[in-house]
Amino acid sequence: MSLIDILFYFFATIAVVSASIVVFSRNIIYSAFSLLFTFFAVAGLYVLLNADFLAITQLLIYVGGILVLMLFGVMLTHKVVSVDMKTGTLKILPAALITSMIAGTLIGIFTVTDWRVAPLQTGDPIPTAKGIGEMFMTTWLLPFEVASVILLIALIGAAIIARREKEAK
Amino acid sequence: MLTDFGRVLLFFIIAGIFVTLGLVTAWIVRPKRPYPDKLTTYECGEDPVGSPWVKYNIRFYVVALIFLIFEVEILFLFPWALVYQDLGLFAFIEMVIFLVILFVGYAYVWVRGDLDWDRPEPDIPFITSLNKNNPDGTFR
Amino acid sequence: MEILISLIKILVVMLVLLTCVAYLVLVERRVSAFIQNRIGPNRVGYKGLLQPVADVLKLFIKEDIVPKLANKPLHRLAPIIAIVVSLSTIAVVPFGDKINLFGYEIKLQIASVNIGILYVLALTGLGVYGIAIAGWASNNKYSLLGGLRSCAQIISYELSMGISIIGVILVTSTLQLDKIVEFQHGWRWLILLQPIGFITFFVAIFAETNRLPFDLPEAEPELVGGYHTEYTGLKFGLFFLAEYANMITGSAIVVTLYLGGWQFPYLQSSGLPEFWTSIIQVGTFAAKVGAVLLFMVIIRWTVPRFRYDQLMDLGWKFMLPLSIANVIVTAFIIYLFE
Repeated sequence: MSLIDILFYFFATIAVVSASIVVFSRNIIYSAFSLLFTFFAVAGLYVLLNADFLAITQLLIYVGGILVLMLFGVMLTHKVVSVDMKTGTLKILPAALITSMIAGTLIGIFTVTDWRVAPLQTGDPIPTAKGIGEMFMTTWLLPFEVASVILLIALIGAAIIARREKEAK
Repeated sequence: MLTDFGRVLLFFIIAGIFVTLGLVTAWIVRPKRPYPDKLTTYECGEDPVGSPWVKYNIRFYVVALIFLIFEVEILFLFPWALVYQDLGLFAFIEMVIFLVILFVGYAYVWVRGDLDWDRPEPDIPFITSLNKNNPDGTFR
Repeated sequence: MEILISLIKILVVMLVLLTCVAYLVLVERRVSAFIQNRIGPNRVGYKGLLQPVADVLKLFIKEDIVPKLANKPLHRLAPIIAIVVSLSTIAVVPFGDKINLFGYEIKLQIASVNIGILYVLALTGLGVYGIAIAGWASNNKYSLLGGLRSCAQIISYELSMGISIIGVILVTSTLQLDKIVEFQHGWRWLILLQPIGFITFFVAIFAETNRLPFDLPEAEPELVGGYHTEYTGLKFGLFFLAEYANMITGSAIVVTLYLGGWQFPYLQSSGLPEFWTSIIQVGTFAAKVGAVLLFMVIIRWTVPRFRYDQLMDLGWKFMLPLSIANVIVTAFIIYLFE
């Protein structure tokens, strides 16, 4: 077992364990907080796959942005500790249906995809950011510009939600 | 054989060990003499009233939301900035389009007042409120 | 062997950083005393030079009080997160070119990560967590409000920081911090090529490190101690160290990005022996960082604090558009000169 393998299992364990805390914890702040470790471990896995830019994106967007948003949301809720987090009593059928559909799709993709195993690369990873930039400007130009439109929609949506909550107050 | 990312991980681990060692040492050497009054939550000497985990201003959440959108935008800009010198005018125009579309959103949020933080409301001066209660202006 | 060198480098850097942090506190106290026409700490050791040692010893033997209503595991974890994150930024900062010691060529940088500048940005974002968790776990109104304020402030200014960095990348075409320093040889310092970017970045660093005029998270008259109201002993000390470590790493980043890093003009062509060149480079870097730190300290004791709405207005309505304009203008100028 090489060092890379050990690291992989290390990160994978953290990801799985903390993800299950997210799901099973009764205290939502613990859930939000252990999500931090999940995101971190996933970033570590990206680094092991030589996807350095993706790893840092994971840190910046998910850890630095989305999770802060969630923490704010959690911290701003009324009762954190005694939130009624009972699940499974209501609407068990739709929940089971939806999760099994998602799981089925994922497993389907997993089995159908033709996984290409790249030769194990040792040494420092090749920087990927430059390649991503070139692709943005050539092959994937349209999605790149569409992304800005999507961000615009998200921004306006956020503003509208914020206004509604302000008026509700 | 360590890659640079490995070194960063090593740094994290060593820093963690270092801090934990410090905390353990402090735990051994420091006194432990708790009593109930010492363990109350600090609230300027009064007994704490209610739970602090109450609803705070929704603005904090809105700021985080807008931040997230701009953060994604910045991450799109990084790869562009990296290859900009190789591509020239084309990349410049592309990015100006990208930024202008986002700028529309930014201007919208600004004009709508979502970037305004609540200003402190001015206090009514003491003397005026006195006057309201006694129109003849004499002090009691 | 390589791992051993890395380990030694990490330990040396960490110890130097922690010592600098301890002495930065002393410098701050002495400078504030000078500005306010006081004497300042001068009893412990010669002219107070052993004061930091006494301070640290005191922190170790102080009782640790955890409020009964606090969330204990998170209360314990928060200072660890804060300090580890603030120390780890230094891992990518180059403090010299390379040096030959005992027959080994050693790069004077712990890790030359090929996305170094983004790593710095990501870690700044992580700085939120120690504070947010401390604020929440203390179960204290002042702590929570201080923590929330701090988070909102850090993320707001992270934007203008990130966009200023884009200006640097446009000019240098690299994300690697050591390459950015190499780019700035001679007098090609980026502060001359990116003056607006430098200003927005530097202001953002002030805000990220919660320094006055941006120290709203712990504004004493309103919030007691802010997010560390309920911390005592070494745990409080760790937050304190984290704050000052953030200052040092922040100014190290400013120096690396804009003030030429370890570059000393005309040094390479002066014909000095290689070993001394390296030493002077490290010294240059330290001197520049020291100058920036001194500037930060002086600012703290001369400028009054913002009101919170002014702080947010400055971040969102001034710094953000300014840094975006800087990016566009920079891109245009680069296009004209290509």
